[in-house]
Amino acid sequence: MTTLTDPPAESFKLSMLVYDTRYRAITFQILALLAFLTLIGWLINNTAQNLADLGKEPSFAFLYAPAGYDINQTLIAYNNQDPHIRAAFVGLLNTLLVAFLGCVTATILGVLVGVLRLSNNWLIARLMTVYVEMFRNVPVLMWIVLCMAILIESLPAPSAFRGDDATSSMALFDSVAVTNRGVYVPEPLFSRGLGDISVGGYFEISLDLIAFLVVLGGGIFVSRQIARRADAQQEATGVRPKTWYLRLGAVVVPLLVLMVALGFHLGLPELKGFNFQGGTYMRNSLIALWLALSLYTAAFIAENVRAGILAISKGQTEAAAALGLRPRRITSLVILPQALRVIIPPLISQYLNLTKNSSLAIAVGYMDITGTLMGITLNQTGRELETVLLGMLIYLTISLLISAVMNWYNSRVKLVER
Amino acid sequence: MSDTHAETVAFVRETMLPQKAPPASTVGPLGWAKANLFSSYVNGALTILSAAFIVFVLYEILPWLISPTWEGTSLTNCRELLAAAGDDRGACWGVIRERWQQLMFGFYPRTEYWRPVLTFIFLLVAIAPILFAQFVPAKVAYFSALFPFIAVWLLWGGTIWGPVLALLGFVVGFVVFRYASRAIAPALALAAGVVAAIIWWSVITPFVEPDLSRILPIGIRSVQSREFGGFMLSITIGVTAIMCSLPIGILLALGRQSDLPLVKSICVGFIEFIRGVPLITLLFVASVLLNIFLPPGTNFDIILRVMIMVTLFAAAYMAEVIRGGLAALPKGQYEGADSLGLDYWQAQRLIIMPQALKISIPGIVSTFIGVFKDTTLVSIISMFDPIGLSNAIRADTAWNGVYWELFIFIGFVFFVFCFSMSRYSMYLERKLNTGHR
Amino acid sequence: MKKSVFFGALTVAGLAAGAAAAATLDDVKARGKLNCGVATGVPGFAAPDAAGEWAGFDVAVCRAVAAAIFNDPKAVEFIPTTGKTRFTALASGEIDMLARNTTWTFSRDTDLKFDFVGVNYYDGQGFIVPKALGVSSAKELDGATVCIQTGTTTELNLADFFRINNISYEPVPIETNAEAQQQYLAGACDTYTTDASGLAATRSTFEAPGDHVILPEIISKEPLGPLVRHGDSEWGDIVRWTFNALVAAEEYGVTSANVAEMSSAPGDNPEVNRLLGTEGDLGAMIGLDAAWAKNAIAAVGNYGEIFEATIGESTPIGLARGLNAQYTNGGLLYAPPFR
Repeated sequence: MTTLTDPPAESFKLSMLVYDTRYRAITFQILALLAFLTLIGWLINNTAQNLADLGKEPSFAFLYAPAGYDINQTLIAYNNQDPHIRAAFVGLLNTLLVAFLGCVTATILGVLVGVLRLSNNWLIARLMTVYVEMFRNVPVLMWIVLCMAILIESLPAPSAFRGDDATSSMALFDSVAVTNRGVYVPEPLFSRGLGDISVGGYFEISLDLIAFLVVLGGGIFVSRQIARRADAQQEATGVRPKTWYLRLGAVVVPLLVLMVALGFHLGLPELKGFNFQGGTYMRNSLIALWLALSLYTAAFIAENVRAGILAISKGQTEAAAALGLRPRRITSLVILPQALRVIIPPLISQYLNLTKNSSLAIAVGYMDITGTLMGITLNQTGRELETVLLGMLIYLTISLLISAVMNWYNSRVKLVER
Repeated sequence: MSDTHAETVAFVRETMLPQKAPPASTVGPLGWAKANLFSSYVNGALTILSAAFIVFVLYEILPWLISPTWEGTSLTNCRELLAAAGDDRGACWGVIRERWQQLMFGFYPRTEYWRPVLTFIFLLVAIAPILFAQFVPAKVAYFSALFPFIAVWLLWGGTIWGPVLALLGFVVGFVVFRYASRAIAPALALAAGVVAAIIWWSVITPFVEPDLSRILPIGIRSVQSREFGGFMLSITIGVTAIMCSLPIGILLALGRQSDLPLVKSICVGFIEFIRGVPLITLLFVASVLLNIFLPPGTNFDIILRVMIMVTLFAAAYMAEVIRGGLAALPKGQYEGADSLGLDYWQAQRLIIMPQALKISIPGIVSTFIGVFKDTTLVSIISMFDPIGLSNAIRADTAWNGVYWELFIFIGFVFFVFCFSMSRYSMYLERKLNTGHR
Repeated sequence: MKKSVFFGALTVAGLAAGAAAAATLDDVKARGKLNCGVATGVPGFAAPDAAGEWAGFDVAVCRAVAAAIFNDPKAVEFIPTTGKTRFTALASGEIDMLARNTTWTFSRDTDLKFDFVGVNYYDGQGFIVPKALGVSSAKELDGATVCIQTGTTTELNLADFFRINNISYEPVPIETNAEAQQQYLAGACDTYTTDASGLAATRSTFEAPGDHVILPEIISKEPLGPLVRHGDSEWGDIVRWTFNALVAAEEYGVTSANVAEMSSAPGDNPEVNRLLGTEGDLGAMIGLDAAWAKNAIAAVGNYGEIFEATIGESTPIGLARGLNAQYTNGGLLYAPPFR
C-alpha cells in the first residue's frame, strides 16, 4: 500500500499573482478596487480643492432658508415664505403626480394602439402606424413644447368666457371650464367638515379624506364578503344568487350617508376678476406634459404590445377560434393575458423612461423637482453641487423604487412552469 | 354507384359547373373596402370617424402650410405677403429660407460647409461594412478604423499632425502589446501597451507636434467646437457618444457578467446609477459641476463636457443592449470556447463578441436613435442644437414671434433621420431572425 | 503613502493653476481671443444673425473690450449662457467676462465672488398688459395669472411685490422670452413681467403693439452690468474702464466717426486727450497700449451710439434713454474722470 501524500507545497511566488488562476481573480479585484477608490478619491479631492478656491463650503443649510418664490400647482400647502426643502418636496410630489398620470394613460393608450395596429381595418391600422412612427421618431422635448403650444393656441382664454357676447361657455352644466390656462372642475366641499390634522407640523392631512377612504375600504370589504358568500352558495347549490344590488349598496350607501353627514356640496368654478375662482384645477403645463409624455410613451408601449401579441403563436388564436370564441374575446381572454407576460419587462423600462422624461417639465414651466430644486432654488442660492446631487439622488431613488415594484409584479405574473 | 343514385335521388350532376366570378361585393375596390374598412358596424364607424379626422386635420393644416411666404425677409414682411395674397393666416417660410443653413450647421464657417458634409459621407462609408456587410468589401473596415481620426481632423480642422500622432499612439500601443505578449502574461502586456501609448501621447506628442507642424504645415482652417450647432451638433454628439460608448459598454457588460464580485458590483452600480437618473441631470453636471470635479484649472469647452456625459449615459444603455446579446447566445458557445482551451479574452474576442455584437446591432441602432433624439436636451443648457437655435433665431427682431415653422422644420428633419434609421434596424432584425431559424 | 504623494502633487498643480489663472489679461492675450458670456438670445441685447455674427447692446460691451485689448472687435468668442450656467461659467474660468443682463446684487457681488464693473443699463421689473384688460396699475392685478421668465431675480421681486401689497397671483414660470410672449399673446396669462427693457423689446414685435400697455409701476431696481471674477482686479479694471471710456466718449462728444480725427493730434480738451491717449499714458497703467480707448470707440462707437444702434428709438426695440441718459441730461450715466 502506498500512502497518499500531498503534492509538495508550492512556495508562494510573486508571479503567481498574475499567472495562477487562484490568485489572479483576487489580484484583479484588488487592482480594480484600488483604481476605483483612487478615482473617487481624486474626484473628491478635486471637488474639495475647487470649492475651497471658490470659497464655498458644501452645506445643506440653504435648504432651510425661505424659498421666496411661488409655485402655481401644488399638492400640499405652500407659500413663498416656506423653506427651499418644502419647495423641493412640492416639486417631488409634482414629479410623482405627472409620472403616475402619464404611466396610467400611456399604458391604456399604448395597449389600445398596439391592438388597433393589428386591426383588420386597413385605415385604422395605417392611422395607428402613422401615429406610432410620428411620435417615436421626433424628440420628446419637441412634443412637450408642441402640446403646450397647441393647448395655448387652440383653447379659449378666460376672457372669452366674459361678458354678454362671450365666445366660449363652460361645459357640463356650467361646471367645467376648459381654458388655455388650465381645466377648472368642481371641487368637493364639506360644510360640516372634520378639519385637518397636522403631521409633525409639516403637512396637513384632511380628515374628510381619511373618513372617505375608511368608509370606501369598509364598503369594498363588505361587498367582497357578499361575493364570497355567493360563491359558496353557487358551489353548494349550483345557482348563483343575484347579489349585484347588495354589493353596490354596500359600497354606495355608506358613502352617501357620510357625504350627507359631512354636508357635501360641489364648489363650482366661477369667473371672477381675471380668472376662474373656486373649484379645483389642473394647470395647462401639467396637462401638456401629461399629454405629451403619454402620447410619446404610448407609441413605444404600442410597439411592445404589438411585439408581444405577435409573439403568441398563431395556434393559440386558431385554438380559441375552434372553441367558438368571438375575435374580441379571443383578444381579451387568450391573447392579451399571454402577451402581457412578454410585454411587462419592456413596459417597466418605458415607465422608467417616462418618469425620467418628466424632468423636461421645465420646458413648459411645470414645477417638478427639476424646476424647483434644480431650477429656481439652484439659481437663487448658487448651490450647484448640493442641488444637482440631491436631485440625482431623488431621481435614482424613484427609479429604483419603480423597478423594484414592477420586478416584484413581473415575478408574480410570470408563468411558473417555465 | 350510379344505380343506387338513380334509385334514391332524382338528379345527380356528373360534370363540374364552370367557375363563376365571385360576387361583386367581394372583389375589386368595393370588395377590398368591405373586407378592410367596413367588415362590421363598429369597424365601419371607426373608419368613418378616422377618415373624418384625417380630412379635418388636412383641412386645418394644408392651407396654412401652403403659403406664399418663401421670400419673406421678416415676420412683418410675411404678414404683408400674406395680406397681398389675400390669406389671413399662413406659415412664414421665409425664416427657413434665411436660416436653414444655420439650423443645419450652426455657426460653422460658411466656406467650410463641405467639411461636415464630407465627414457625414465618410461616416456612411465607414459604417457600411457593419451595416451592409454583404454588399461591401471587407477592406472598407480599414477605412472605418481610420474614420474617427479623419472625422476629428475634418470637423475641427487645424494641423493634420494632431490626429496622425494620436493614431500613431494606438499603433505604438498595439505594437508594444504584440511584442510584450510573447514574453509576459496578456494582462501585463496589455498594461504595457497602454502605458506605452500614454507615454506616446503625453510625452512624445506635445514634444514633436509643434515641430512637425512647422516643418510640414499641412492643415485646414481650424474651427472651434462652439461654432458647431444645429443638426451637425446633434449628429456629432450622437455619433461620438455611440462610438465611444461601444467599447465602454462592452467592458461594462462583461463586467456585469463577471465572476469577480467586486468588478461586478462596480459595473452594476455604474449602470444602474446612470440609467436611474434623467439625462438632463447629467447635462447639468456637464454644464455646472464637471469643472468642479476635475483638477483646478482644467477647462475644456462645454461641447466636450457634454460629449463626455452623453457618452457615459449611452455606455450604460449600450452595456444593457450588449448584455442582452450575450444572454441570447446559447451556452454551448461558451462551453465550446472553453473546450478549445481558449482563455477568457480569446474566447470573448474570437467566439462570443462577434456573435453577441451581431445580435445587438438592432439594439445599438435604437440606442443611437434615442441618444440622437435626446441631444435636443442640450438646448436647456444653452447650447445651439436645432431647438436652441430656434430660440436664438426668435431673438432676432425680424423673426420674433415665429414659432410653428421652425418646429415643423426641425421635427421633420428629425423624423427623416430617425425614421430611416429605425426602418434600417427593422430590416436588420428581420434578416437576423431568418438567419437563426 | 503612495496616494498621499499623488494627491500632494495634484494640490501643487492646483495651486500653480490657481496662480496662473489670476492674470486673466495674459491668458486672453495668449489666446488671442476674449471669451465673453452672453445670453442665448434676447432681442436687442444679444442675438446671432443669419451669418452667425452676434450683435446687440451687451455684445457691444464685449466687442469694445476686445477692441481695447487687441484692436480687433472680432477677437471675441461669444459663449451663450443661461440663467443657470452663467455664474458657473464665469467662476470656472470658461469665460473671462459676463455681459448678460445680469442684475448687480449684494449677494452676487460678495457671496458668489464676482465683481460688477459698472452698470450698462439701468432697468427695473415692469408689467405689460393688454389694453382690453382695463388695468392701469399693477396693484389692480389681484388674482391675475402672471407669466415670468425664470432664472433671474424676477420671481423673488414678484413674490415680494404681491406679498407687500397683500394681493394674490398665480405665477407661470417660463424658460424663454419667446414662449412667454406666445403665452401672453394667447391670453394664457393676464400679464407678463420681466425687465422693462425686455417688455418694450417684446412689445415692439407684436402684430398690434398699440393694444398693449406697460404699467407705470417698476417694482424693482435692476442695474444690469458686465461682471468679472473676484481676485483679478487688474482684469476688472480693464473691463470697467473700457466701459467708462464708452460713457465718457459720449459725454465729450467723441464718436466712432470723429475719433480717428480727434486722436490724430492732441485737442484742446485735456480729458479727451488723456482718454484717447494723445496725452499722458493711461493705457500703460492698465497694461494696454495708449490707443486702447480710441480703438474701443472706433470699433463700436460711444455709449450713445451703441444704444441707438441696438435698442434705441430708431430700432424696432424703440427704448428711450430714460435713466440711461448722461447725468447732464438727467440720467444716471456718470463716468469717473480720466486722470
